[in-house]
Amino acid sequence: MLMELWVVPALPLAGFCVLALVGKRLSRWLVAGIGAGSVGLAMVGAIYFSHDFMAFEPTGHLYRESLWTWLNVGGFSPDIGLYLDPLSVVMMLVVTIVGFLIHVYSIQYMAGDEAYSRFFAYMNLFVSSMLILVLADDLLILYLGWEGVGLCSYLLIGFWYQSAANARAAIKAFVVTRVGDTAMAIGLFLLFTQLGTLDIQEVLVRAVRQWPVGSATAIAAAGLLLAGAVGKSAQLPLQVWLPDAMAGPTPVSALIHAATMVTAGVYLIARMHDLFIIAPPVQTAVAVIGAATLVLAGCSAMTQFDIKRVLAYSTISQVGYMFLALGVHAWSAALFHFMTHAFFKSLLFMGAGAVIISMHHEQNMFKMGGLRKQLPFTFWTFLIGACSLASLPLVTSGFYSKGLILWSVWATGHPVLWGAALLGEFITSVYTFRMVFLTFFGEPKGEVSARPGPIILGPLVILAFFSTVAGCVHIPRPLGHFRLFARLVEQALPVPPMQPLPIATEVVFQLLMQGSVLLGVAFAYVLFLRRNDLVAAWTARPAGNALHRFWFSGWGFDWVYTTLLAKPYVWFAHASRDDAFEWIYRGIGAINRGLHEQLSRTQTGLVRWYAVGIVIGAVLLLGLVVFL
Amino acid sequence: MATIPIHYGLLLAALLFVVGLVGVLVRRNILFILMSIEIMLNAAGLAFVVGGARWGRADGQVMVIIILTVAAAEVAVGLALVLRFHGWFKSLDADRASEMRG
Amino acid sequence: MNAVFYISAGVAVLATVMVIVAKNAIHGLLSLLVSLLAVSLIFYVMGAPFIAALEIIIYGGAIMVLFIFVVMLLNLGPAMVDQERQWLPARIWIGPGILALVLVVEMGYVIVRRPNAGISGSVVTPQEVGLALFGLYLLGVELASMLLLVGLVGAYYLGQRRIPPEKGPVAQRGRLP
Repeated sequence: MLMELWVVPALPLAGFCVLALVGKRLSRWLVAGIGAGSVGLAMVGAIYFSHDFMAFEPTGHLYRESLWTWLNVGGFSPDIGLYLDPLSVVMMLVVTIVGFLIHVYSIQYMAGDEAYSRFFAYMNLFVSSMLILVLADDLLILYLGWEGVGLCSYLLIGFWYQSAANARAAIKAFVVTRVGDTAMAIGLFLLFTQLGTLDIQEVLVRAVRQWPVGSATAIAAAGLLLAGAVGKSAQLPLQVWLPDAMAGPTPVSALIHAATMVTAGVYLIARMHDLFIIAPPVQTAVAVIGAATLVLAGCSAMTQFDIKRVLAYSTISQVGYMFLALGVHAWSAALFHFMTHAFFKSLLFMGAGAVIISMHHEQNMFKMGGLRKQLPFTFWTFLIGACSLASLPLVTSGFYSKGLILWSVWATGHPVLWGAALLGEFITSVYTFRMVFLTFFGEPKGEVSARPGPIILGPLVILAFFSTVAGCVHIPRPLGHFRLFARLVEQALPVPPMQPLPIATEVVFQLLMQGSVLLGVAFAYVLFLRRNDLVAAWTARPAGNALHRFWFSGWGFDWVYTTLLAKPYVWFAHASRDDAFEWIYRGIGAINRGLHEQLSRTQTGLVRWYAVGIVIGAVLLLGLVVFL
Repeated sequence: MATIPIHYGLLLAALLFVVGLVGVLVRRNILFILMSIEIMLNAAGLAFVVGGARWGRADGQVMVIIILTVAAAEVAVGLALVLRFHGWFKSLDADRASEMRG
Repeated sequence: MNAVFYISAGVAVLATVMVIVAKNAIHGLLSLLVSLLAVSLIFYVMGAPFIAALEIIIYGGAIMVLFIFVVMLLNLGPAMVDQERQWLPARIWIGPGILALVLVVEMGYVIVRRPNAGISGSVVTPQEVGLALFGLYLLGVELASMLLLVGLVGAYYLGQRRIPPEKGPVAQRGRLP
């Protein structure tokens, strides 16, 4: 029975309220219980509702729950409501399951932290906001969740705010995503003024009815929404915040900056798919942005030292795959990759976290090495995640999801984008196995100070399981043609316009993709395990060194933004520091201060002085009454 | 029967009130300040009685009874404070208690 | 009857002035008692015997006794008289005197501007007062009882000696108990 769906986002919100209000007075176990328990209950609820949803198959494959009418003014009466369709079911399940596992992981990972309750409060608020985002039936509510996750991202990146670098990273993430969010807000204004509603389904229906394909308004609206999605999902050109966002605790990176929040942009585009379909140039832009991002970020990932930054660039790159899929109308492929990516990337992040705490908070991969023997559990789970990321054939979920994306890209007739994606596959497997080889193979370079406990390893094992089997929900034609996932999602999203190509072609393309993946693994094996001197020799040359630095700095985007935007702005701010307006405001401040000081003198603390004041007041008032 | 002009009664009340007021403003000893406040309350009561007597009604007297309770409560708390004050400052100087000056 | 009023009024004003200029607390209290008795007499003349009795019992009795107890508890000696003399130079009276004069002139103006009337002094019996008190003003009585309760609790709280006076840290000012 589908009812009371609101419980799912409300539970983590309640956890947040309790932890925020009285968290400091609770014991650590209670904090952990409330923090992880509320998300756990939300997960149970989400599974229950999803089961119901699939079992009862509500009419039109959607379920709406209207909670209350927010306000009712002159025909504008936005309902606060929730909306469940296969798309939100998938999102909700992934968010709650991954969220719960990461909360459990955090119980031990954050155990030594002073601000234990603050951490769980923020995390709960995040899960709640994310669920509001994916369950919203109104763009306004969606925007509420959108900003909520942005806020939590900011708070959690700057979680260890005592360090200036962390605070700066948090501000950077907030400001950069704000660029996209502002564009998105303008897009919402545009939609509302043009279509007169913000109800998502209604917007889509009216947009398709009102705007012809390729009309300027549709392009503007879709483009503005795309800008929001690009900002949130760290795609070109707003990807610069994500690598720095790794300043936050590792569970945060796993939950927010890998599994859920960064895919909010994917969700937004999938949710507004009709709007994007009637704006073909924007749709193309989505695909091109995705393809460009996945290659660029992959190149940067190959040069990083910091294990978390590798994963950050890898996340950008993988979200790029999702955008690419969205751009070619392969909605279900994008969503499929979102799901598998959430599992294996959070697995990788949490494995990296386990390595980091075992190594005295060392994040530099070149100071690790040989951990395979010392941390076998972590190694095997990490390896499963890495294989899935690199999409090694057959046994990994990444193989199925990315294979579907690549095949969709080709079958919808985008050979250039397909080439970029294939290159991306190669790069992905290179940086993934570079990471694995540097961290777990070779000579041990640092000592292992602490072994991760069972609460850390448990979620790793569960996620490793998911990373392996999650691919089975959609098996391509050559291997058996099992389309459970696509069938579910296609109840909500249109079927991609694929050309009917023979199975043999698909086999060939699968083999091509696997070839590039295996080539990448071999490449990484040679370069980073056998012949370290080769890389050193390359980077020693001026050209190689320049390229290395260029990639290492993320293609110089930070430098461009600093030079073009930040510096002129700072200069302007400095230049206009002492202008006439400043004088006016300073004058007002000074006058108030002076008056305040005069007034504070009358506060002598002498009771009789105050009595005199009362008497004078009485005399004046009485005089006013008597003589006027 | 000779009558008392109401003006005189009210003027007397005003005079007593103002004398009490001067006491509050002038004395530094909080004991005397409390006494002066009693005088002022009493003067207010007198004004009520005069008013009630003018119309021959009981309301004025009811008000005096309420004023009496106020005075009693005030003096109970006030004198407890005086004891506390003396214990703290070793003095009855109201001006010593000026911790809250701005 | 009139003569009683005028004489009592004169005594009341005089005794009240003596209260506020008294140097010795006990002298001041005795003058206050005289003033209260005079006012009580005025109440009686005005036809309010019940209030006159209450005035003597509560004001002249209970409240004055409280004051006297406090003076005794404080054990103020002759040093206090000197202290008062020092605190009350002649010039300190000027400012409050002027203020009070202005106030009394204003009040007097308000009073005499209204038409005058005579007070016959016909007695309002305690029975009538009681009827009004527990009829029309019942809520007032309830509030007054509440106030007395608050006063009781407050006085009890303030009266307990949590910090012995001899240890009362006069030096540590700024940290009141």
